[in-house]
Amino acid sequence: MTEAPVVVEGVSKRFRLYHERPSSLKERILRFRRPRAEDFWALRDIDFTVPAGQTWGLVGPNGSGKTTLLKIIGGILRPTTGRVTTRGRIAALLELGAGFHPELTGRENVYLNASILGLSKRETDRYFDDIVGFAELEAFIDNQVKYYSSGMFVRLGFAVAVHVDPDILLIDEVLAVGDEAFQRKCFDRVDQLQKDGKTIVFVTHAMQMVARICDQAVLLESGRMQAAGAVDEVVKEFRQVMMRRQTGLTEEAATKEVEIAGVELLDAKGRPGAMVAPGESLSVQIELKARHPVDEPVVVVGIHNARDEWVFTTDTERLEVDVGRVDGTVRVTFDLNAIPLLEGQYFVTVGVRDRDHTATYDWHPRRYPFDVVRNVKGGLVIPVEVRVERPERARTELD
Amino acid sequence: MSASDVLVRTNEAPRFRVTARLRDLWTHREILANLARKELRVKYKSTLLGVAWSMLHPLLYLVVFYVVFTYFLPSGIPDFPVYLLSGLLPWTLFSTALGGATASVTGNAQLVPKVAFPREVLPLAVIRAQTVNFFFQFLVLVAFLVVFGYPLVHRGLILLPLALVVLLLFVAAIGFATAALNVRYRDVTYLVELGLLAWFWGTPIVYPASLVANNLGDTGFSIYLLNPVTNIVLTFQRAIYGGVSSEALGELPAPGLRWYGFRALAVGAVSAVLLYVTWRLFFRRSGDFAEEL
Repeated sequence: MTEAPVVVEGVSKRFRLYHERPSSLKERILRFRRPRAEDFWALRDIDFTVPAGQTWGLVGPNGSGKTTLLKIIGGILRPTTGRVTTRGRIAALLELGAGFHPELTGRENVYLNASILGLSKRETDRYFDDIVGFAELEAFIDNQVKYYSSGMFVRLGFAVAVHVDPDILLIDEVLAVGDEAFQRKCFDRVDQLQKDGKTIVFVTHAMQMVARICDQAVLLESGRMQAAGAVDEVVKEFRQVMMRRQTGLTEEAATKEVEIAGVELLDAKGRPGAMVAPGESLSVQIELKARHPVDEPVVVVGIHNARDEWVFTTDTERLEVDVGRVDGTVRVTFDLNAIPLLEGQYFVTVGVRDRDHTATYDWHPRRYPFDVVRNVKGGLVIPVEVRVERPERARTELD
Repeated sequence: MSASDVLVRTNEAPRFRVTARLRDLWTHREILANLARKELRVKYKSTLLGVAWSMLHPLLYLVVFYVVFTYFLPSGIPDFPVYLLSGLLPWTLFSTALGGATASVTGNAQLVPKVAFPREVLPLAVIRAQTVNFFFQFLVLVAFLVVFGYPLVHRGLILLPLALVVLLLFVAAIGFATAALNVRYRDVTYLVELGLLAWFWGTPIVYPASLVANNLGDTGFSIYLLNPVTNIVLTFQRAIYGGVSSEALGELPAPGLRWYGFRALAVGAVSAVLLYVTWRLFFRRSGDFAEEL
């Protein structure tokens, strides 16, 4: 294991957040007191080893320290404690087109960017046509980059990035760019790198991507390692974390003091059958049952889409609805009016917790599917009313 | 996989070893070359005259100073244009390289937090680009000498490579320090700007050193000669201007080459020691640049 390409041992990272850090000598001299600083631990006690030839995903919610960890592995930041050992040439793709200068031509920027990412001039010469072809910019490569559209800019940056040829590749979310066809090419390229035995560490919060390309994964939350190992386990853990963040609920901890006895999804006309059109309403009817009387439980409703992206959550506390005392059976109905969702399959989560976030009574994550069927096209839903008038008749009368 | 591919990173800044740093810079020489090229290309992109500007610059200076010091404040220096250019060109290299190096890390605030490479590359790329500019400008001087029939080849020229190397050592030594300090205290940029203004007039470029020797006396002149840039500029002047005529040689503090060679070597030795100190400072701080920008 000592020969593993990436070994992270007990790594923590502290950032000093300065309130009005003196950024000039004058301030430094005039203010004798040391500047007030607050410690922020972006990472705490991270340990893992990536064996040669494997692809690992670093996952976690925003602000969990994924990128900081990647920067420490890549040698951009220093760990505050612990150590990172890497063996082999590293390329860190933290930004597309790093060092691109708008006044330079595409060609000049390719060479500049490639050298920054660690490609030699000879390698860049060899890959140059591939890079330009990959970016689909043959006709514009000698134009200044300032005349490029943002799409062209990103494609060129990406084309260089995927041609780097290190032993260890660190990727920060950048795969999530471009249209579908371009993403396909990117995945093919990652497949190729994996076949070539490269070691890849990959930061993302797109779970389907982790499942698709990673051998193992590490879950970070608030700078701590919550899970590491098989992708399925980590992804499951990640969903728990996200759910907890969005709703304050966890599955295991369900105490069943109040149970969710039944959930029914009804369309606008009150029919069960979980099918609605964009803009129509959906009612979530929840039957709660308590063995002993419970005061003021909070009922939570959430919606995820088919890609497991969380789209919506609300609860009775936020809506300032008092459920009151639950003794025996109580029915709580959420009328979701004018659902602005696009065509696709969705899953409703239902949960019950106490007021103080200390106990989860019951919890049904993404258990109730419903479909939104097409009656409009496009990327959003606009409430539309259509009027049909016949002005010809008025004209005829005038005649 | 070579041993240099194994990297261990902890909170401790790695030990500063010159050979290891040089090896690291050598493996990253293409970034250095490309950043220097960018520096040069970006400057004159979208200009009609392009790189000719870097040659026009000393010519325009020459015209201004020539008019001022021939008609308004006659200096009485023989062959004044040659005198002026042989001091002005190294000074321009010094001041542009130092100013550029100071801002080199802060000026790449998008790059530094995103990519790992030896940070020394940033100030060194500026110094390299300005050295290339210096060679273009030097062509102007050579053309001037040819057009006005001055002797091109003479013994003093052997001082030229020495003077240039010492100048580069000195500017790198100062530049590493100002570049590193500027990350935390942006005042350094302004201090350097003001400092260069004062430094320009404290260096014999538009006036002869002999004037200072006459006005200040021996002790004053010795103090004046403590300025490293003065010694470097004098060496350039001896190498170029000193060869054009015997009156020209008379304007310089000493006729022999040895006086200059010795002084240039002394400045070089001091610069080398200073460079070790400031490079170390730069290197030890560079681990935090990504965080502080």
